[in-house]
Amino acid sequence: MANMNLYSRGDKIFVRINMVLIALFTLSTLYPFIYIAAVSFSDGSAASAGNVVYKPIGLTLAAYEYVLSEPLFWSSYRNTFIYTFGGTLVSMLIIIPGAYALSRQQLYGRRFWNLMVAFTMWFNAGLIPFFLNMRDLGLMDSYFGLIIAFACNAFNIILLRNFFEAIPSSFEEAARMDGANEFQVLWKVYVPLSKPAIATIILFCMVARWNGYFWAMVLLKDEQKIPLQVYLQQVIVELSDDEEFGQSLVESVYSFETVTAAIMICSIIPVLIFYPFIQKYFNKGILLGGVKE
Amino acid sequence: MIDTRTRMAKITEHLRREWQIYIMLAPTIIWFIIFLYKPMIGLQIAFKDYSIFRGIADSPWVGLEHFQTLFGNDQFLRAVKNTIAISALSLCFGFPMPIILALMFNEITHHVFKRTAQTIVYLPHFVSTVIIAGIVITAFSPSAGIVNTLLSWFGFDPIYFLIKPEWFRPIFIGSGIWQEAGFSSIVFLAAIAGVSPSLYESAVVDGASRWQMMWKITLPSILPTIIIMLIIRIGNLLEVSFELIILLYQPSTYETGDVINTLIYRQGLQGAQYDMAAAAGLFNAVVAFVLVMTANTISKRYSRTSLW
Repeated sequence: MANMNLYSRGDKIFVRINMVLIALFTLSTLYPFIYIAAVSFSDGSAASAGNVVYKPIGLTLAAYEYVLSEPLFWSSYRNTFIYTFGGTLVSMLIIIPGAYALSRQQLYGRRFWNLMVAFTMWFNAGLIPFFLNMRDLGLMDSYFGLIIAFACNAFNIILLRNFFEAIPSSFEEAARMDGANEFQVLWKVYVPLSKPAIATIILFCMVARWNGYFWAMVLLKDEQKIPLQVYLQQVIVELSDDEEFGQSLVESVYSFETVTAAIMICSIIPVLIFYPFIQKYFNKGILLGGVKE
Repeated sequence: MIDTRTRMAKITEHLRREWQIYIMLAPTIIWFIIFLYKPMIGLQIAFKDYSIFRGIADSPWVGLEHFQTLFGNDQFLRAVKNTIAISALSLCFGFPMPIILALMFNEITHHVFKRTAQTIVYLPHFVSTVIIAGIVITAFSPSAGIVNTLLSWFGFDPIYFLIKPEWFRPIFIGSGIWQEAGFSSIVFLAAIAGVSPSLYESAVVDGASRWQMMWKITLPSILPTIIIMLIIRIGNLLEVSFELIILLYQPSTYETGDVINTLIYRQGLQGAQYDMAAAAGLFNAVVAFVLVMTANTISKRYSRTSLW
């Protein structure tokens, strides 16, 4: 009995310490966001002097007023929505039928096609040949080019194909009896049964599109077509080089720090809004399934 | 003759019955050919004196000239060294974190607390590289940044972190851990969820403490997952997130921060030295391919023998 007590006391201390450590880690994960939010609402001179720690100093919306009055901010925001939703739609139109076809036993050369897809996970031509290919195809500087060039990848196709393969064929028998063709079987049987997997892939596609910046930066020259992330990157690069920015106003209400922080917050907000909806799919174990080929 | 004819007839019959799945497959295959396989043909410029006016096919061959130049080039050798160093360091410091986190999350009994904490630590994974860079640039700024503000409280002089070569790797690796440790713990949490509860029940009967159960039951049970993830990570050793490096490094930190892909970006995409950059890319891709294939083979052998 005494023994039991001793162990449970030890356990209690262990659980408490563990909780404190997790709380600390969670806070340190959260802190940069709080810090950036505080900077974005602060007075420019206070932010530039490094006075902001966790709450806004000299509360002001000046940085947001500046950002929201920039036409380029709005066009890049609109473009990000176009790339995110347009890109994800095109991805699904290619990936879902493709993964279904690759999962079919009767497909001629099934091994070959699957290997052709999987090989690209192991070997990639690299940045330069990809770039030259885009230029030769005339897909530089276009919405369509950026959307189609990143519509597909081996990982997502294999993930979905594995999911389709795991569905017992007995599910489609009734539909077959009714004379359903392949498209109907896919749409009415496989897609509804694969909702978690498809949701996961939609999530991957949307996050990649929303956050993607590198190829958008490289391929797009027309600033009317750039997405939000490229706009933010340009602001960071340009404003940090621009000595006069912020000093042009004597009592500068906004500064380099507050303006970039405000753009960052504007770019995170949609992610935060969608986050609770996508979060329930994290623990489905699908993520694990994708890791192993 | 008859053989080919019956075979042709068979294929025609098959296509007439099953044409729909080929229609479904076509966009995928065409996409892979145009966007992933066609560039592989373009890789030949690594062995050519590429000129935009002549095009890929008509540029003259130069053999291994570009590779000889690369291996005599200090910048390239430095980039190879940096790639391996940054990768190895982020493996050492970044790999254990998600495992530790998963073990710790598993010990939390308070449901709401656990949920909330998990929600928060997964979040940075969904934030873009540009924002990560923006946060780092703001937080480490010499005059405005919180880090130097904290240092000044303790009487230290401000440090211009982002132009100091010795600070580049810690900042880069630290921000990587901040962004991915939480989300990467999901894989290990899934593995922990698969551990048989009867193991814990019998341990409780034997009077084991939670600490002992964590070390003696949970950790050994998820060891196969840990090893597989480790092998995968080693296979991807050359995959450094260069997109973040491009945003964070400066000429003064190239010494410790310039990796193969950032060098390719500067020389190829910014400097238009396409053939040389493609050669560096090919070197990168071939080494990566060998690493991944080795890792795959080991992982398959390991998971077969140890799990069953």
